[in-house]
Amino acid sequence: MDSAMIIGIINIIIIGTTPLIFAAIGELVAEKSGVLNLGLEGMMLVGAVSAFVTLVITGSYFMALIVSLISGLLMSGFFAFLVLYLIANQVASGLALTIFGIGISSMIGKNYIGTPIEGLSPYFFVIMSFVIVILVGYFFKKTKTGLIIKAVGESHNSAHSLGFNVIKIRFLSILFGGAMSALAGFYISICYAPMWQEGMIAGRGWIALALVVFATWNPERVLLGAYIFGGVAIIQMNLQAFGVKFPGQFFNMMPYLVTIIVLVIISGNKLRIKLSAPACLTIPFNKNQ
Amino acid sequence: MTKQLKLILSLVLLAVIIVGGYFVATNKSGVESSDEKKIGFIYIGPPGDHGWTYMHDQGRQFMEKELGSSISTTYIEGVPENADAVRAIRKLAESGHDLIFTTSFNYMDQTLEVAKEFPDVKFEHATGFKRTDNVSTYAARFYEGRTVIGHIAGKMTKSNTIGYIASFPIPEVIRGINAFYLAASKVNPDVKIKIIWVYTWYDPGKEADAANTLINQGADIIVQHTDTFAPCQAAEKAGVLAFGQASNQEDFCPNAHMTSIEDVWGDYYTARAKAIVEGNWTSTDTWGGMDTGMVKMSPYNEKILSAELIAEAKALEESIKDGSTHSFAGPIYNQAGELVVAEGSVADDGMLAGMMFYVQGIEDQVPQ
Repeated sequence: MDSAMIIGIINIIIIGTTPLIFAAIGELVAEKSGVLNLGLEGMMLVGAVSAFVTLVITGSYFMALIVSLISGLLMSGFFAFLVLYLIANQVASGLALTIFGIGISSMIGKNYIGTPIEGLSPYFFVIMSFVIVILVGYFFKKTKTGLIIKAVGESHNSAHSLGFNVIKIRFLSILFGGAMSALAGFYISICYAPMWQEGMIAGRGWIALALVVFATWNPERVLLGAYIFGGVAIIQMNLQAFGVKFPGQFFNMMPYLVTIIVLVIISGNKLRIKLSAPACLTIPFNKNQ
Repeated sequence: MTKQLKLILSLVLLAVIIVGGYFVATNKSGVESSDEKKIGFIYIGPPGDHGWTYMHDQGRQFMEKELGSSISTTYIEGVPENADAVRAIRKLAESGHDLIFTTSFNYMDQTLEVAKEFPDVKFEHATGFKRTDNVSTYAARFYEGRTVIGHIAGKMTKSNTIGYIASFPIPEVIRGINAFYLAASKVNPDVKIKIIWVYTWYDPGKEADAANTLINQGADIIVQHTDTFAPCQAAEKAGVLAFGQASNQEDFCPNAHMTSIEDVWGDYYTARAKAIVEGNWTSTDTWGGMDTGMVKMSPYNEKILSAELIAEAKALEESIKDGSTHSFAGPIYNQAGELVVAEGSVADDGMLAGMMFYVQGIEDQVPQ
């Protein structure tokens, strides 16, 4: 194995891992504000299909990006309306959002399956993923708004009595999550595998969700976790191609397995839970109560 | 808003989605008349997938054109391989269909279950092995196509390393790998094959990752047994060669695509529907190869392949059709060096149907 091959492997890992970072960092912000959005997979699909269709119609990558982001905002805005104003159950609404996203993306993309397009170079977005993670980390540690979001996620009643608008802060956090999911979808259908195929996100939304827990709600650790998940997947492919006997199925379930292990570890210690998971996660807020 | 109201609203929404989805998913074409025969299809994916379902739908359209007004067709797409399939198949049976094609392996028990309830309706189950008086099975010998691409790959590789993206370790896929390797190593004894199992039929991202990994390890030809054109696209981008899968994928990778193995169901569907119209349908088991037209090679890419090699490939196709060449002609040894097919004989269908071993020369092990 020479250096060119190692660079090649790293290149493949980076390209495959980037969408996980986008989706997970967006979800992290939403969860920090106390809202669990299980609709990642659906939002990513809609982001992917709207980007692809826009690109085919207008021929403009920029328009594709804009429309994709708008679709993410619409999807997550709908979710936010359900869970914040109608105080619907977050888990059920998130699952519904995923199912809805699977259906509507198939419907929108029906006539575009198999349309050839020119893919976009992924490297700009690779750099962007690092920048966003660093910015989000800085945002939560050093800025007032970041601390307010954290406060809302930890105790919405206290934040409310201090005069913060809990609903508005959560709404914006959810919207950010939606936009990032759509960006991940855009990246997948335009840069990573330039095509539209139904269900092409293929479970990456769920891996991103697991990643947030794995990272114990820490932005920098999302980056680390994403590269561990993505790296293991590519390295096992390399081992297979070298003829090393390897249980490939095992590595497909690994992201979920480690996440469960992390959950077991952090839930075994009350202090650790306090330090990581937002205390108000999935708990609905009703200011009239 | 009260809890009850929310509950009712959610239930209404759910009902709308389910009912809506049901109507959207049922597509009917052709005008009904009393004496025409109704033919139904159950698809696992969307007809536009440019792979498995696409080719079944091409077959349906061909049949419609051939038989004209004597038949009308209906299809239900995206039917999951679980209890939902029973409902979808039963729906077609109840609505007066005379013949129903269920086009995926895992519709097997569901097809039989509905067939039992409707003894007058005829069923055809693709790639299965359970038959009854009103259930036929049909499949194609895709491995014959893999013999042709193996021959081409053996001649075209410069690095003597070929990357093979495999889906699941089942006999169908392993048979393909063996047929490919036997043909490639026959024309090029130095050829090596690197195999990556991706454990999915369908994940463009993962398929592209696997292709790039193989290319990075020195493969200059990519072969796939998965359903999207992502590997071919990755090959195009990296400047190496590739073969497509299920349908002609030349549009997506014009400078990498040498040929594809196509699944052609039209003739078979037409013959079976005609039997229904004429009233002489019987339960059969069909495993058709190139000679029946079920397996076809896409046009060879003249930009990449020499006229001489194209002529060789076409001659090979002909000899497979007339039976003078068999993909699994002896002597064939397994990896332990034991003779599994003796010289002068060919592997029988029983061995092919249950093939779970690699032939000698493949430096890898079948995943357990």
